Amino acid sequence: MSLQSRRATTAYIFLAVPLLFFLGIRIAPTIYAFLMSFFKNGGTGFTLQNYQQMFTSHTFWRSLLNTLLYVVITVPCQLAIGVGLALMIGRVKRLKGFYRMVYFLPYITSQVAISWVWRLMYDPSNGVINAFLGWMGIPAQSFLQSTNESLMSVSVVIIWQASGFAMLIFIAGLEAIPKMYFEAARIDGASPWQIFWRVTWPLLNPTLVFLTVTGVIGALQTFTQIENLTGSSGSQAGGPLHSTISMVVYTYNQGFSNFNLPFASAVTVVLFVLILLVTVVQLRILNRSFEY
Amino acid sequence: MKRAVKVTAIGFSVLMMTGMLSGCGGSSNASGSSGKTVTITYWQYTYPSKVTEMKKLIQQFQKQNPNIKVVEQDFPYDQYNQKVAAAMHANQGPDILNLYYGWIPQYVQQGYLQPIPSTFMSTSQINNYYIPMVKDSMYNGKYYALPIAVRSLAIFYNKDMFQKAGISGPPQTWNELISDAQKMTVYQNGKLVQEGFGPDVSGQGYHLFQEILLRQWGGKPFSADNKKVTWDTPAGLQAFQYWMDMFKKDKIGDMNFDQGAATAFQAGKAGMIVDGSFAIGTMKKSASFNWGVAPIPTKTPGGKQENFGSYWVNGIAKGVSGAQLQASEKFIQFLDSTATEKDWLNTVGELPAAASLASDQSILNDPIYGPFEQGLKYAHATFFVNETTERQAFIDETNKIFLQNAPVSQVFNELTQKEQAIRDKYYSSQSN
Repeated sequence: MSLQSRRATTAYIFLAVPLLFFLGIRIAPTIYAFLMSFFKNGGTGFTLQNYQQMFTSHTFWRSLLNTLLYVVITVPCQLAIGVGLALMIGRVKRLKGFYRMVYFLPYITSQVAISWVWRLMYDPSNGVINAFLGWMGIPAQSFLQSTNESLMSVSVVIIWQASGFAMLIFIAGLEAIPKMYFEAARIDGASPWQIFWRVTWPLLNPTLVFLTVTGVIGALQTFTQIENLTGSSGSQAGGPLHSTISMVVYTYNQGFSNFNLPFASAVTVVLFVLILLVTVVQLRILNRSFEY
Repeated sequence: MKRAVKVTAIGFSVLMMTGMLSGCGGSSNASGSSGKTVTITYWQYTYPSKVTEMKKLIQQFQKQNPNIKVVEQDFPYDQYNQKVAAAMHANQGPDILNLYYGWIPQYVQQGYLQPIPSTFMSTSQINNYYIPMVKDSMYNGKYYALPIAVRSLAIFYNKDMFQKAGISGPPQTWNELISDAQKMTVYQNGKLVQEGFGPDVSGQGYHLFQEILLRQWGGKPFSADNKKVTWDTPAGLQAFQYWMDMFKKDKIGDMNFDQGAATAFQAGKAGMIVDGSFAIGTMKKSASFNWGVAPIPTKTPGGKQENFGSYWVNGIAKGVSGAQLQASEKFIQFLDSTATEKDWLNTVGELPAAASLASDQSILNDPIYGPFEQGLKYAHATFFVNETTERQAFIDETNKIFLQNAPVSQVFNELTQKEQAIRDKYYSSQSN
């Protein structure tokens, strides 16, 4: 055996270990879940019953609609806030690290802890938010306990938490842009507004694509915040009246509190297809190359 | 040897005593022949007083049975079923599972449990040993799991708040409860700051309607075979309307006030709540005011008494056999003995499940345990086919009244249909 092929063999062996791990931990369960979505609950034998039931279930469509709402509401907001914060921090001379830390902290704090703090702040009778609104003469709101305000209330928590991450990536993206472009634009007499839209924003495109794709996938999989903001030991998360339920929460409720794992698997298959489609479309649209 | 004990046993309490005595002899026999240590795993959810007590009992048990090792594992309540589902499907489950009796149909359908072996305890032995309510956990004519302790409902009331409002004692009837509660309910600028009665739906509230109000108003929740929902009568609607009026018309409390009725009560912000005896331990620890326990009110003075009873049970997982099965049986026998049950009452605060202890005067005369023990006499344990979805139907439907002002009678009809649909679905999947 030549040295080269021996080296290659060693490399293959080392590569095989994580591959096997990945196959066992991720791929095999995924395939099993896919197969299981065609099982009857508590039995075997293939059936389309789960899919039929799912597409006629009011709650399923509600969870799909809500999931899309979470994407449409949270992703643009966190990107806008993230880029705004990044630009402002770029101008600050002192305490730069401090500001960066303050905005990034929510992202690395436990989602469960954050959700519970917000839950207490949202409390209609004792919550600090209603106390604050009261001082300003605004009547108390029900937030998570109203079908009209709950989805928005959950979204606020998600945006608040995710914006710090978007900020950090935007800061990195901004620092990667060579300074000479800005200097050239300034010498040509471009206004700050023009510089942003004609220079900064197009050059941030790779950052934007990355953040949009990961943000959308994250929003499609929203679970922890909903579970902890709206669930309790007595009632399932996603309420009141399914107003905040997402597809993953629906999966969880079906699989682990109703013990209907085949049905839950069917919902995850639909979610998988949805994420795949959305991601492919996004990469096609957003990732076109710009001519500078 | 076991057989001989079983045949000669007259009642199960006798069997229990001899079983425990012979248990020691039996195990030394077994160790003589094989000398191997058997390890069994016990799963329960994390409820601090239960976990401490269980660990203590395991030590006692292991001392009596040196060649059985019991490994206790507990998981948070919210994740418990998830954990069980995942582990059982992966054949990684425990030997003995602690579960809510209302989950038995689901667990059996999923193939997590095996019936209590008749060589261990026959159906009639179980019927004789336990208080009648335990029959409600029978499933398809078989017992799949057995309780250590049972619980019933009663009123917890804040004595300090009663005194301040000039109320002499706990209410006897529901109308009295409402008028007392109104005296203690405080609104400031249209915001509730103190509630007289914490009428919840997601906690014990839904049992309150189904097993107490409905029955007191002259209805019955289900048909004898549990397949039909039978509350859809004028009396049923009246009971439902009365319950909903507590929130909507009388405004004596709010379901979401202060993170739920139990929390509000512990914080001293609710005058009364309906809760189970399992809450006693928590109350003793966290309520820093004078509180008392009173029996569930009736519709009219001296009227029909009703209660809801429930319990957690221990079952043996499917597939457990041989030495593991024997050890599991022995452990369950130990847990269900009257000695353990008495100990359990003192440390956990749950009432004994053995019939022989139901008339124990020291329990009946206790100011706190007494009303609960009394309540057991009138208690029904609802036969759930899917406890979680049935509860969720109540939460969702009543929310239509609270959040969307839907008419009560319309919601009542929808709720009946929903509950019926859950049963129909369950029983149709049974026959296949």
